[in-house]
Amino acid sequence: MKMLTNIWTLILLGFLCSAFPSMEPMRTGALKLHRSQPTERISGSAGDVLDDDPVGRLKVFVYELPSKYNKKILQKDQRCLTHMFAAEIFMHRFLLSSAVRTLNPEEADWFYTPVYTTCDLTPNGLPLPFKSPRMMRSAIQLISSNWPYWNRSEGADHFFLVPHDFGACFHYQEEKAIERGILPLLQRATLVQTFGQRNHVCLKDGSITIPPYAPPQKMQAHLIHEKTPRSIFVYFRGLFYDVGNDPEGGYYARGARAAVWENFKDNPLFDISTEHPTTYYEDMQRAIFCLCPLGWAPWSPRLVEAVIFGCIPIIIADDIVLPFADAIPWEDIGVFVDEKDVPNLDTILTSIPVEVILRKQRLLANPSMKQAMLFPQPAQSGDAFHQVLNGLARKLPHGRSNVYLKPGQKILNWTAGPVGDLKPW
Amino acid sequence: MKLSALHQSYLNRRSSNFRGLSGDSSADGSMKSQASVFWLVLHGLCCLVSLVLGFRFSRLVFFLLFSPSTTTNLYSMPFRQAVEASVFQLSTEAANQVLPVNTTTPRVVVGRHGIRIRPWPHPDPVEVMKAHRIIERVQREQRAQFGVKAPRTLIAVTPTYVRTFQTLHMTGVMHSLMLVPYDLVWIVVEAGGVTNETTSLIAKSGLRNIHVGFNERMPNSWANRHRLEAKMRLHALKIIREEKLDGIVIFVDDSNMHSMELFDEIQNVKWIGALSVGILAHSNSAEESSFSLAWKEADNSVIPVQGPACNSSNRLIGWHTFNSLPFLEKSATHIDDRGIILPRKLEWAGFVLNSRLLWKDFTDKPMWMKDLDLFDGVDDMESPLLLLNDASVVEPLGRCGLQVMLWWLRVEARSDSKFPPGWVIDPPLEITVPSKHTPWPDALPELPMSDKIVDAQGETLAVKRPGKTRRSRSKHDARNKRKHESRNAEVDISEKQTKQN
Repeated sequence: MKMLTNIWTLILLGFLCSAFPSMEPMRTGALKLHRSQPTERISGSAGDVLDDDPVGRLKVFVYELPSKYNKKILQKDQRCLTHMFAAEIFMHRFLLSSAVRTLNPEEADWFYTPVYTTCDLTPNGLPLPFKSPRMMRSAIQLISSNWPYWNRSEGADHFFLVPHDFGACFHYQEEKAIERGILPLLQRATLVQTFGQRNHVCLKDGSITIPPYAPPQKMQAHLIHEKTPRSIFVYFRGLFYDVGNDPEGGYYARGARAAVWENFKDNPLFDISTEHPTTYYEDMQRAIFCLCPLGWAPWSPRLVEAVIFGCIPIIIADDIVLPFADAIPWEDIGVFVDEKDVPNLDTILTSIPVEVILRKQRLLANPSMKQAMLFPQPAQSGDAFHQVLNGLARKLPHGRSNVYLKPGQKILNWTAGPVGDLKPW
Repeated sequence: MKLSALHQSYLNRRSSNFRGLSGDSSADGSMKSQASVFWLVLHGLCCLVSLVLGFRFSRLVFFLLFSPSTTTNLYSMPFRQAVEASVFQLSTEAANQVLPVNTTTPRVVVGRHGIRIRPWPHPDPVEVMKAHRIIERVQREQRAQFGVKAPRTLIAVTPTYVRTFQTLHMTGVMHSLMLVPYDLVWIVVEAGGVTNETTSLIAKSGLRNIHVGFNERMPNSWANRHRLEAKMRLHALKIIREEKLDGIVIFVDDSNMHSMELFDEIQNVKWIGALSVGILAHSNSAEESSFSLAWKEADNSVIPVQGPACNSSNRLIGWHTFNSLPFLEKSATHIDDRGIILPRKLEWAGFVLNSRLLWKDFTDKPMWMKDLDLFDGVDDMESPLLLLNDASVVEPLGRCGLQVMLWWLRVEARSDSKFPPGWVIDPPLEITVPSKHTPWPDALPELPMSDKIVDAQGETLAVKRPGKTRRSRSKHDARNKRKHESRNAEVDISEKQTKQN
């Protein structure tokens, strides 16, 4: 009986999908791009998956948590909707009205817990992570006591969005984050986070890296005609020294940003400064390369902005894991420079053959590439929400790994972690 | 961390990475309050040690040594050895001690790193040139993708003649044409015959050009000038017809200003197009008042623009022309006049033609195009519209005339003004004639200077007159006196200026 309804819904969905012009790259509402630019197909290690449609490949059940975990927090501070950690809120909204949502948890492949851990903001707008572990722990206690699905797999078929600096380590300082490690209760769950660095405590195997949130309408409002010639060679706006937290230099960005400044401050090819121009987005569209160096954390919204504006990103962050790394071939699109090679950045860039540069620009011009980096409202096909679902779908079926536990088997230690985390929230 | 005091000072500093209050101490609780005193003392010791050693000996070395538990991935605050000593510049380096770990050793370590600066952190000219070549190639690709798909050759027609301001005007036009990214043929028609001056000017551009002479001299009155220029342009059109040049004909007057968008927009023309021309009708006089008065009388608040007029569906319905009535009394008739130089109703510069319209045996020639031979003896061709039977076929360009991409201007020196030929001063000047007015407002009255040779600043010049000792001695006295006086003058002036300040 259930199978029949499933089949019918699948057929209906199949009809609906084929009714839309399939694989049409120009069906982008948020970004109207010039049709005539030749683009190249994007295929990563997972294949040509950017245009995959997750609908029908997985089912997600959204837990109904009391509003103190999500709505009330958002009501306290509306800035959470526009800062770079807003993905957790928008993902919740997307899943509530998405076709992959199911109201029947028995048939769900994945379970989503909507808890906004990155919404406790300082007056300046930066999120404080000190209560986040307790909040997460309290949410998990709630779902494990009200529904049987957490205990069934100890969270292995649950996913959480943790877009903060170091993901589920819940701290903005790297040493502290490493010291804390990933929250023990999340040990088996799938984490969807912006932080990604190889061989790092705060990135566990099987996590999905997503881009930070960048406001799509704001970026679209600043698009200029593609005819405008790209006359800036390298462009960067941001801090080189964080005088407040690291006055001597050397900690911030592992000294890489300071090295960029010291080596290239008088170089006419490098348009770098700490100013905040109003024409920031327009300038990026007039530049060939955009620097995306690490800061206190290796990721930044600059990557998203560079991709949207067609500026080749120069990623200076050792061992970084970029968003959707299995679906997007970042090596072909961006330029990776080791932190130790920063003094030779000009030589590295000018020795790239022009054909390679033109190819990178063509890959960047591909609309599905730009779409995959955005979180538009309302959601569109191929955007970051769908890429997350695609990533989750690729991890199915659960039977492969030992997801479901035998009755009585317990893996998680509910009292692990710093003592302060055990206090109720 | 334990030393929350230091942390607090860091955290409380307002910066973009400001993280607010030391919430973590409250979160950790008051578990280790007695240890905090111990850590403070230790921190003081570390500060003393670092003062001695010269680099920062962080407290967290002790954390490393005394930490109770070790997580499996252990790399909290290792120090790093200065490996490439020649490359590191700052003194803030530290020794490295990687502790054994269970998992794969991460390449990236947390902690203080040196800021790498290469020995000569300045731009390398070879790299700069390579980068410019890359930029050029990328821009060419952009043009190929987003610019005009099949660009046609441009044929620029310029009437000119030798006069003081010719170099000024022609240099501007030349530079504009050199920047055009399309193929270009420059037809220069010179009144009074071909001269070496104009030839050398044009040759500097490196553009393909056809330089012909026209056997009349440029008259002195503006009305006659307009007529002669029209005749010269017709002559150029005949040349285009003979040579069967293929492209878009654009009338580039030497004193006009062209923007680069103009040349891109022109590529859209099919047969004959019209553009909006901004008229910078200015007054030749030193005082602007006559012009601005006339302006106010004419009740205009914007610069006048000549060009096509369209209705709401972007179809050509008429022309905006220059209304010269308000200015007629003050207009200049001759070049030297101190009046306003007025354009015609519709200037040639605002029109572009497809050169195939001029060909003799062009089978696809539209019916509305007259033959050029009909205009052989015509005295005054006001605008190319006379070449058409039906003026409604003109295509409005530049968003139907909304975009002004070129400006009309006529600026000429007095007809008797002299200038060195080719602007080369040869032979070098020997005598300078002092001007009657000095630039100093309070300069002393001029002394009789029959024998003395001085310039306007009141200092004597070295003069190439060897052997005139008598004169030189008196010059010497005069020079000293002048120096004194000029110094006094300078002192006076500076005093005056300070008083003003």
